[in-house]
Amino acid sequence: MWGIVRQNVGGASGLSSQVMRLRPVASAMRNYSSATKEMTVRDALNSALDEEMAADPNVFVMGEEVGEYQGAYKITKGLLDKYGPERVVDTPITEAGFAGIGVGSAYHGLRPVIEFMTFNFSMQAIDHVINSAAKSNYMSAGQINVPIVFRGPNGPAAGVGAQHSQCYGAWYGSVPGLKVLVPYSSEDARGLLKAAIRDPDPVVFLENELLYGESFPVSAEVLDSSFCLPIGKAKIEREGKDITITAFSKMVGYALKAAEILEKDGINAEVINLRSIRPLDRATINASVRKTNRLVTVEEGFPQHGIGAEICASVVEDSFGYLDAPVERVAGADVPTPYAANLERMAFPQIEDIVRAAKRACYRAVPMAATA
Amino acid sequence: MINISLCRLTRTRRGGGNFMKKIICSNQVINWLCSHQTTSQTTSASLFSILGDSMIIRKGIRDSSSCRLAYAGFMGARCYNSMQTGEQILSEEEEEDDNNGDSDFEKTKVMDYPGGKTTYTIEMNFIPGSFEERVKCYRVLDEDGYPISSNMLEHMSEELALKVYSGMVTLNTMDKFFYEAQRQGRLSFYLTSFGEEAINLASAAALSFDDIVLAQYREPGVLLWRGFTLQEFANQCFGNNMGHGKGRQMPIHYGSKNLNYITISSPLATQLPQAVGMAYSLKMDKKDSCVVAFFGDGTTSEGDFHAALNFAAVMDAPVVFICRNNGWAISTQVTEQFRSDGIVVKGQAYGITSIRVDGNDAFALYNVVRRAREAAINEQRPILIEAMTYRVSHHSTSDDSTKYRSKDEIEHWNTVQSPITRLRKCIERKGWWSDKEEFTLRLKTKKQVRNAIDEAEKEEKPLLRDLFTDVYNELPSNLMEQETLLRETIQRHPKDFPRDIPL
Repeated sequence: MWGIVRQNVGGASGLSSQVMRLRPVASAMRNYSSATKEMTVRDALNSALDEEMAADPNVFVMGEEVGEYQGAYKITKGLLDKYGPERVVDTPITEAGFAGIGVGSAYHGLRPVIEFMTFNFSMQAIDHVINSAAKSNYMSAGQINVPIVFRGPNGPAAGVGAQHSQCYGAWYGSVPGLKVLVPYSSEDARGLLKAAIRDPDPVVFLENELLYGESFPVSAEVLDSSFCLPIGKAKIEREGKDITITAFSKMVGYALKAAEILEKDGINAEVINLRSIRPLDRATINASVRKTNRLVTVEEGFPQHGIGAEICASVVEDSFGYLDAPVERVAGADVPTPYAANLERMAFPQIEDIVRAAKRACYRAVPMAATA
Repeated sequence: MINISLCRLTRTRRGGGNFMKKIICSNQVINWLCSHQTTSQTTSASLFSILGDSMIIRKGIRDSSSCRLAYAGFMGARCYNSMQTGEQILSEEEEEDDNNGDSDFEKTKVMDYPGGKTTYTIEMNFIPGSFEERVKCYRVLDEDGYPISSNMLEHMSEELALKVYSGMVTLNTMDKFFYEAQRQGRLSFYLTSFGEEAINLASAAALSFDDIVLAQYREPGVLLWRGFTLQEFANQCFGNNMGHGKGRQMPIHYGSKNLNYITISSPLATQLPQAVGMAYSLKMDKKDSCVVAFFGDGTTSEGDFHAALNFAAVMDAPVVFICRNNGWAISTQVTEQFRSDGIVVKGQAYGITSIRVDGNDAFALYNVVRRAREAAINEQRPILIEAMTYRVSHHSTSDDSTKYRSKDEIEHWNTVQSPITRLRKCIERKGWWSDKEEFTLRLKTKKQVRNAIDEAEKEEKPLLRDLFTDVYNELPSNLMEQETLLRETIQRHPKDFPRDIPL
């Protein structure tokens, strides 16, 4: 493992205006002297919730510590004071309980936003997400729809061990009847959460704890209260012609970083921010692969039956003739997440892993097995 | 020698009316008592026998560390080492009026931990897991349909009672024929409600049509009461195109939005937190209706049951929880399911008003559900009803219960204890019903049920497009593609597909 060379990227490097830099998690400092407004993902989520609650009196928030405590991660800060305890409900500690109650209230026309402190705890309520929410519209032949949103941090944070670090994208992404969204930037967070709340179907909204404190530039359009992103459309964060890199959530940032490194080696990478795991934007992915002919998928979750597996299958089905190299999957290690910092670092994709995988797909390095 | 004059003896009332002695004495005396505890057994023993069940308070405490008194050695007398307690008591003592001792005494017996004041006790009494006498069961009619008490207040009128009886007979007949249809291979699955007809119909009669019902699976009678036709039941079971369910769910998983009966869901107890959620929604709407959730005895072992009851109590949700305690969960008897005194005590454990009722007594059920519903709506709080009954049915068509219980036992509950027979005796005695009407009803119902089954069987199966609709609110593009692909494949290879799929 060679040491990390953290590049200090200047402003002009031929990229689109929405270049991001990875900053320390805790700060949300301004970096640009331009007039572009910046917003943390946390504020983006908070403002989206606030605006949707103001617009529709049926929307309400429920979860542990969402009210008085202002939210375990402060996403629901200020909402209790503004909307009162009937619309910001602190619950006893029972995921199964409040998930079921949320679904029940949705049966009767309310629009709950259920917060899981982390999606690892959603497993205690997964029956309600799948069997009560996802399948109800179908089983009741359209009589009972469930306009519910389950949201919360997903995937690893930092040093929280096996039971707080799993990515549930693949688990929920495999269930028909659910929509699964994975925002990355503040624009994603705002637009997708608003879309999720307005959607008549149950939505699983997978956030990332380490992204909460990150700032991203947001345009005036994004800040408007009617702003909404379409569900099921991926975003091309960086255009390129040599290789396609798909990623979601925090890995988008890593992929962009990797793309900058690859640029130095003359490899022009296209980075796709999936934004939505279900429905998966197969069209965008396939169009990109048909252009670049090479694909690297990146995710933090376990490799078997993961998002990368699904994307690879889709590309093989639809664009086999266009592939010039086998698809590379970069995923988390196939182990429950260890706690020790050095081990944890080895258990999740790092920027270098993405760079090496891309080089392999471009036949620029000695071919090796997928594990690096 | 101890100078008892140094002690002030007061008498004060302990909780419960027993008097006990309070002895306030100086440090000197305490020290003496301490030192003599282990040495002179006889002297201290006699003194302690005088002290008996007294409370010794150290006066003028400045150091509490000097004496550590073994409780056992005092044979009931207690001593306060704590400065605070002692001072508190002493300051109360100064103003004490001996005759008014008890109020002061009660004040001092209170502990202030989070969650509310409790009084303490020096007696280490464990609350028993169950009391010798079980919670009593409310009943109006005896086994022969005679009213037990002459005071029959708030009972069903003639019209209502006959409607309930009719419903019970219809349910029973429908069950018999549909069960047979499954045995003949015409249905894949069925589940009967034999022995529980009273719970089905009498509770339904006590509710309003605006009350939302979340049932488990042995409550189709509630749907029947509200107007779901025999034909509709049959259509759902046969999974044909006419069924409201578009062939999506297995038999007996009925549902009707119009009749406020939520589609049955297979995993047990999931309907309970859902019920609380719906009640919360009703509460926000301030509607004059409540939510009613049905479940069996076995279901109370599920986590969702506990979460739901706890939540309902905390949220003051207008839910009526009705448990059909029929003694069996497939082959698991209630004695193997839980060790508590049934389900009624579990309601109390969560802070919910609860009642146990004879589930085979239609009149009793009607009264209880009526009252519970009123309380839930007017007082905006949950109520739990445990209806005692017996599952005459096999669990379902996939079960043969003679494998784990005797035929005689089943027969006994099917005949002697039958809720239908009990009600019939009552209404006949009242002159509201006769053999002739019985005969007519039975004949009519059999015909209707047979007809419904035959019609449902002949009906077309659901359309191919209904494979893909309702997954989401709007048909997504990938499903549209799949449907197109499927149709093309069927066209190209018709031999690979069955003939009876309407395209």
